[in-house]
Amino acid sequence: MKVTEKDVAYVADLANLELTDDERTRMVRDLNSILGHIDRLNELDTSNVEPMAQVSDRYGVDPSKHGGARFAYASREDVVEGLRKSLPQDEALANAPDADGTFFRVPKVIER
Amino acid sequence: MDLKLLTIDGARSAVQERKTSAVALAEMFYLKIEKDDPQIGAYLTQCKDRAMAKAIEMDALAAKGDKLPPLGGVPVAIKDVMVTRGVRTTAGSKILGNYVPPYDCTAVARLEAAGAVVLGKTNCDEFAMGSSNENSAFRPVHNPRDLSRVPGGSSGGSAAAVAADMAVVTLGSDTGGSIRQPASFCGVVGLKPTYGRVSRYGLIAFASSLDHIGPFGKTVKDVATVLGVIAGRDPMDATSADLPVPDYVAQLDKPIRGFKIGVAKEYLGEGLDPEVRATVAKAIEKLGKLGCEIVEISLPHTEYAISAYYIIATAEASSNLARFDGVRYGYRAGDARTLSEMYRRTRDQGFGAEVKRRIMLGTYALSAGYYDAYYLKAQKVRTLLTQDFDEAFKKVDAIVTPTSPTAAFKLGEKVDDPLAMYLADIYTVTANIAGIPGISVPCGETKEKLPIGMQVFGKHFDESAVLRVAAAYERGS
Repeated sequence: MKVTEKDVAYVADLANLELTDDERTRMVRDLNSILGHIDRLNELDTSNVEPMAQVSDRYGVDPSKHGGARFAYASREDVVEGLRKSLPQDEALANAPDADGTFFRVPKVIER
Repeated sequence: MDLKLLTIDGARSAVQERKTSAVALAEMFYLKIEKDDPQIGAYLTQCKDRAMAKAIEMDALAAKGDKLPPLGGVPVAIKDVMVTRGVRTTAGSKILGNYVPPYDCTAVARLEAAGAVVLGKTNCDEFAMGSSNENSAFRPVHNPRDLSRVPGGSSGGSAAAVAADMAVVTLGSDTGGSIRQPASFCGVVGLKPTYGRVSRYGLIAFASSLDHIGPFGKTVKDVATVLGVIAGRDPMDATSADLPVPDYVAQLDKPIRGFKIGVAKEYLGEGLDPEVRATVAKAIEKLGKLGCEIVEISLPHTEYAISAYYIIATAEASSNLARFDGVRYGYRAGDARTLSEMYRRTRDQGFGAEVKRRIMLGTYALSAGYYDAYYLKAQKVRTLLTQDFDEAFKKVDAIVTPTSPTAAFKLGEKVDDPLAMYLADIYTVTANIAGIPGISVPCGETKEKLPIGMQVFGKHFDESAVLRVAAAYERGS
């Protein structure tokens, strides 16, 4: 067992989840089963391998350039309403579970 | 009109030549949905007003004698992970059960600009997480070929809608095989383009570096037509590539004589169903008869793909799904006294079991002390897997594999074993990891009459090669 109930409680806290007792028990079982498979990655020596976060820096870019210049095609002027207009306030609030017409409303933030 | 045989060309030319109207055609499809979808469950939402407005517009064009755009009057459906202005978009989740987006996904907007009539939104695994469509918060989808079996996932509704003639073509999304595997299970064609070929703007994010939008259709030509419409640079998605879009359809009829087709032994190993193996071997033989040179290749890191994938995908998901907090949109738990309690209860009650499992796995892999061992390690293995393809494509023009190790399995069969479910993606995740295009095209059936799919991979941005191999196989078979 790599992952304990305590680990699950800690990670759930990081992820803003509570989980019921049943869910926690099952999560311990499932995460251990999945991580048991994933541990096979350790068979590979990757000490000289560069990590790869995404593929889009390989194509459609100017390969002679670096950093921001490499992605020049994807940049734009930093102006208000650059690519699309901001949503009108009523549309921005329309899906909110609780709003007062001007703001999103939430329960008390400071706990005491 | 026989909906079973209806393709884009058939539908569009019938409307163009006024043999039928786009309105009548849409109505026929809605009747079909009303009759058959209760058993299948492909649709979550229908948008008749929106469909009819577009149909009327196309009929008016045809009445004037104007040439219809490429999808003029063609009934389509959209996986419910792509946002549609004014039409409920759920991502198959309770947490977005009543979400009505204020904007349109670029791919959907491009379909409609090309004249497509959007009938509705299709069912899927919650946040596109699943391989069977059983993780939909609303209802599972049943495979139209055998109602006791799954349609595959996560784009199960989009695959089933095409297979059951409830739309001519559909859009799906593919993060680890979610277009190709259901296409294979339902006996239709499904394409995952190159990463960056189609804008992801308006696609509800699961794993941003692995997510793709792509089409389902009954024929390779239909899929090529839709790709031509949705592909190309979109300033709203910084990762969409600034490369020209070729005329995919015009290239389909080119012969593939002399093509070098790679066959990798790592895709024919342990866990592959013997019937699937024999059927795909026969399909490869057929490609040989069509003049292709079959070349044995090796993609040596394939066995590590699922492990790397489920770390990267869940890590990205844990970050992407942090936005669902009950404040700006979606579900909110009603009984919380403080903000942090509200976040937790909202997410606890709003997310299903698989989504929580992936958020947990991803958060664990990113947490202090485990980042190097899991996330960084997986990113390095991603490099190795991508280099495997770079090497292979120095020798071959395309690679052919089975799409899935088995045909469609029974509903409930893998629902209690997440690892077994993850292994259903074993042949598809590699294309997401490397960002290369892949298609699934039907290549036969099991003794039980269940469809089997053949997968074709190509080089980055070489969808043309993938489509040409699939089209040549389809013509020759």
